[in-house]
Amino acid sequence: MLAQQILNGLVLGCVYALIALGYTMVYGILQLINFAHGEIYMIGAFVGVILLGWLSADFINSVNPVFLLSAAVIGASLFAIGWGVALEKLAYRPLRRAGRLAPLITALGASIFLQNFVMLALGAREKVFPDLFHGASWELGFLHVSAPQTAILVTAPLFMILLTLMVKRTKLGLAMRATAQDPMMASLCGMRPDAVIVATFAIGSALAAVAGVLVGSLYGVVSFYIGYQAGMKAFTAAVLGGIGNLPGAMLGGFVLGIVEAFGAGYISSEYKDVWAFVLLILILLVKPGGLLGERVAEKV
Amino acid sequence: MKRQSNEVMTKYLLPILLGVIVFPFLSWQGAISVIVGSFLLLIISRFRSVTFSTKLSLQNHRLIRTLQRLTSDKRVRIGLLLAILLMPLYLPRFPLEIVTLALIYVLLAMGLDIVVGLTGLLALGFIAFYAVGAYTYALLSTQFGLNFFLALPIGAVSAALVGLLVGLPVMRLKGDYLAIVTLGFGEITRIVLNNWDSVSGGPNGILGIPRPHFFGVKLASPGAYYWIILTLVALGAILIYRIVRSKTGRAWEAIREDELAAASCGIPVVRYKLLAFSLGAGFAGVAGVFFAGRMTHISPESFTFLESVMVLCMVVLGGMGSLLGVVIGALALIILPELLREAALYRMLLFGLLLIVMMRYRPQGLVPARRSERFF
Repeated sequence: MLAQQILNGLVLGCVYALIALGYTMVYGILQLINFAHGEIYMIGAFVGVILLGWLSADFINSVNPVFLLSAAVIGASLFAIGWGVALEKLAYRPLRRAGRLAPLITALGASIFLQNFVMLALGAREKVFPDLFHGASWELGFLHVSAPQTAILVTAPLFMILLTLMVKRTKLGLAMRATAQDPMMASLCGMRPDAVIVATFAIGSALAAVAGVLVGSLYGVVSFYIGYQAGMKAFTAAVLGGIGNLPGAMLGGFVLGIVEAFGAGYISSEYKDVWAFVLLILILLVKPGGLLGERVAEKV
Repeated sequence: MKRQSNEVMTKYLLPILLGVIVFPFLSWQGAISVIVGSFLLLIISRFRSVTFSTKLSLQNHRLIRTLQRLTSDKRVRIGLLLAILLMPLYLPRFPLEIVTLALIYVLLAMGLDIVVGLTGLLALGFIAFYAVGAYTYALLSTQFGLNFFLALPIGAVSAALVGLLVGLPVMRLKGDYLAIVTLGFGEITRIVLNNWDSVSGGPNGILGIPRPHFFGVKLASPGAYYWIILTLVALGAILIYRIVRSKTGRAWEAIREDELAAASCGIPVVRYKLLAFSLGAGFAGVAGVFFAGRMTHISPESFTFLESVMVLCMVVLGGMGSLLGVVIGALALIILPELLREAALYRMLLFGLLLIVMMRYRPQGLVPARRSERFF
């Protein structure tokens, strides 16, 4: 029971962490709470369903499910990158110099727009995610692990490692870190902040879409309002870990997932969404910058 | 040179990008119409983008100036005042109810404007205080038979106290932490109301809340509701008008402009922020009491995150820190959708789009605040 709860929490945590990375990267560079990010996750899940829906049932049954799921993840990520880049271009870039509230309002507007767009285009009913693994699962001792859970537990850490390597080792990662610290100085040193910001949105959106497709295959259904809850949890995870801090977002996601699984399993499942926020408030009381965030001294 | 051609390229690639990304959702016809539509928009905006945005703001200014000239005339002023006061006598029932609803939001938006517009704190779960007011009246009146008019101050005080409790731990933090904590608090409130069946009635909410009555006289006609909320809004507006021109108001503005500088001038920043936050919450509490007394039935679904977003949008669209702007923003965001009833399906879609377009062309709001000439 305990081990099972930890496992459930880890799976949930992987998902939150993947989405939280997108929040925290954008916040680190633009100081913008990108409320539409949860919607990108939802769009990713839908694109996964739609892409798989184009295939016939016979074909799905005859092909290796791992291959199918990876194809859906890649396809959904590509479309999500498109959405993220379009969003940045149309809703955020024109407001780069308009204060902090204006882009926040457009982010809320974009979130409302995307939710209603998907609802109007595809209908308000839940869409069924094709059962790729036919309910396959493993029994490890007294642990029960389903195939989609395995997929999440393998894929999410893989992407997190890749992202960390990218940020630490590549030129783009260097440019991202530089722009986050000081956009003006970065542009003087020959980096193009606009390009870096577009890349940040693209990477964040792709990660969100990965999470979307994996969650779709885990729960078996996708609906137009899933982005709101997931987005809010992921944002909480990002703040929990220290917003703007990549390892912090991952840690925050895992902590949140495990706390939620324990809260739902041992205290009360009706209040499962409350624990996340209670934990957040408690941690901010003790450690105002989040778990891994450092308090930056104020410049005068 | 190369950079420039690059930019033009990406500009004209945007319609194609849009077409590709909507393709899974709208199929071929939809994708092609999106490409053609956005391409046309791009071409139009190429010729008009500069003139359009300046014209928009100029026209607004001219409109406002004419309005100001008109309203400075005493006769016009008295006529306008009478028209507002006597609205229930000439307006049919349905429009009157919408105006009443809009006035509730005016009260909410005025409260949030103290927090966001005047003090510069970002609060995202503001509707929770509205819920506190509504449930305070609902519980006290159904359990103990509390009178509506007594409940108004009690609702205000309880919401303000809750605001104080929420604000106390986070006011020392900088930046967006207040936003996320208030957001979390709003969600906690809604979920607790939804699940604490023995007290809040769970998802069904509380039924049979008494309507307002005054010494045995029932005040339950649409006109009575209108006059009650109009009085509350007027009192709130006077309070804000006075407070903005007081020492407190100047302290708030100083904190908004530069918190560090304000602190070094000896302004007790945390205390003033808490005051702004709990006063704003008090406004929401009053609005909540009125809402409960008018609806006679409340449930958690009236207090969702979308409502908080709505109120925040009223403040920002109207013009932060400007009393007239907030009133206009609230009226516009309630009355416009009612006019768009035919397009009910597309209402929220258009609302989202409106927010983006509005921020693009007029981020300072419809009626931006003007700094008071008199500083001391």
